[in-house]
Amino acid sequence: MSRRELPRLLLAGIGNPARGDDGVGAAVIAALRGKLPPAVSTLTDLRAPARLLAALKEVDAAWLVDAAVGAGEPGTLTRLDVAGAILSTSSSSHASSHGFGLAAALELARALGHLPARCVVYAVAAQEFGHGAGLSDPLRLAVPEIARQLLSEVDRELAPCRSLDHA
Amino acid sequence: MTRNKRRRTIKVSQLARVEGEGALRLDIRAGQVTRAELRIFEPPRYFEAFLRGRDCREAPDITARICGICPVAYQMSAVHAVEDALGIEVPATIRALRRLLYCGEWIESHGLHVYLLHAPDFLGYAGAIEMARDHPQAVERGLKLKQTGNALLTLLGGREIHPVNVRIGGFYKSPRPAELRALLDPLREARDAALETVRWVAGFEFPDSERDYCLVAMRSPDEYPMAAGRIVSSDGLDIAVNEFGEYFEEYQVPHSTALHGRRRDAGHYLVGPLARYSLNHDRLGALAQEAAAAAGLGSQCRNPWRSIIVRGVELVQACDEAIALIERYEPPAAPAVEVTFRAAVGHGCTEAPRGLLYHRYQIDGDGLITAALIVPPTAQNQPTIERDLEVYAADWVELPDEQLRWRCEQTVRNYDPCISCATHFLKLEVHREPA
Repeated sequence: MSRRELPRLLLAGIGNPARGDDGVGAAVIAALRGKLPPAVSTLTDLRAPARLLAALKEVDAAWLVDAAVGAGEPGTLTRLDVAGAILSTSSSSHASSHGFGLAAALELARALGHLPARCVVYAVAAQEFGHGAGLSDPLRLAVPEIARQLLSEVDRELAPCRSLDHA
Repeated sequence: MTRNKRRRTIKVSQLARVEGEGALRLDIRAGQVTRAELRIFEPPRYFEAFLRGRDCREAPDITARICGICPVAYQMSAVHAVEDALGIEVPATIRALRRLLYCGEWIESHGLHVYLLHAPDFLGYAGAIEMARDHPQAVERGLKLKQTGNALLTLLGGREIHPVNVRIGGFYKSPRPAELRALLDPLREARDAALETVRWVAGFEFPDSERDYCLVAMRSPDEYPMAAGRIVSSDGLDIAVNEFGEYFEEYQVPHSTALHGRRRDAGHYLVGPLARYSLNHDRLGALAQEAAAAAGLGSQCRNPWRSIIVRGVELVQACDEAIALIERYEPPAAPAVEVTFRAAVGHGCTEAPRGLLYHRYQIDGDGLITAALIVPPTAQNQPTIERDLEVYAADWVELPDEQLRWRCEQTVRNYDPCISCATHFLKLEVHREPA
């Protein structure tokens, strides 16, 4: 039996760290620095959707961490399985030439056949988006747990390959 | 009762695939369009006031924030205006780098508009996502073009949106030749994609209708206009950039928070790709000219729907020029020339992807801005967009509301309007009433 190839995994922190809680994605990725296996690539500062689309095309599984509005108490994590559910792109972010939201980017990837077989959005309920404000306390406190969950998902994804390696 | 004998109101909550928020109102009385208004209601953004009291060296970074798609245009008009005031001449090596940066912006902006915003109109899709299901290769081509343009912005500008590397007198840092050479292969692929773009969009169906626009664009002795030249028009105007205010003015209309533009002596006019192309066809490179001819364009184009082909031709020009600029790149001796303050007024004008963008700054002896004027292309085009709607909607008044709304939205999208530059945009109301 030939050795199974490692899947290519992507962790992306969506959002602008200069805008308060919008930086939660980048903060989670930063918390995982040095803890991720080599098969995992990371991306932050993804303000242009074309880069995200190009990155999704290259991987077998992706986790995208983004701040969310109206998603519960600040710091609450909602896990969305994008591969299994169509996202609504009817919001105004889809309508603009400048703002091309995450949902629209993911649906465009799906339409093009570039959505990875596993694609998960970690939506973190945000509190404020002030300029240069840094993360609010609830989100700052939530970051380690979100990072832990993400790491454990990555481990589960890579586990079958590890067991083959050890066989 | 026939449709034109009664009053009808049509509202669109938000026009898709343009930037910004606002409304469009059409009044139809007894089957005649009596009024077409772009009702822009977003609050003014006060950039000209923000600039007052700021160091003139901040102008390129402050004005870049006006637009996420065309920040380079704002930076270039700003640096030219401030350099004009301070009497700064930059060497040819820096001018070449600026043109290369501008090529990147044209590529990413036109790539976005042609593929993700405008093409769905011609192919009958609600948007790019729906179009991507049936035309994945085309959408991929558009995304690739956009990415290549963004890569140029990232290298020369420091980042792909709101670049930070442009300064009065040049750049903070000039790229190493090897860094630029790494973009040659992607740009050659982009040039092929641009040629394919022209072929693809030339196959769309276009209404056979030309308008008698007064066209206004920049013109240079030896290049397709981007960041240098005089301001010329289709009716013979030929002025220096610092004469803009003598011939052009902005005025307030009650239904829009964005100012409208007009010629002081000759009324409304058109800026943007159609104007640039029609006034500068002879300045296009051979490859772009061949692509235009093969697509059925003459040396002028006044059909607003065909602006998608012209944007394709400008994509070819920008990719081709970017390659040539990189191939003959010589790093400047210093990334920027020295800046010395003096009290003066300066004017700058460049060709944003959407058309002429004029800046004027008054600066005091300490280098502080005491007055600023910014005239963006969409503000200049607003009256012409309204006139297009009046003219074209006259032929569509018998259409059902939904189709009429769709045609009106298309008419606006021909202009790739950037309402966040002019302020913001667009809902549609149609009022129909008997005589």
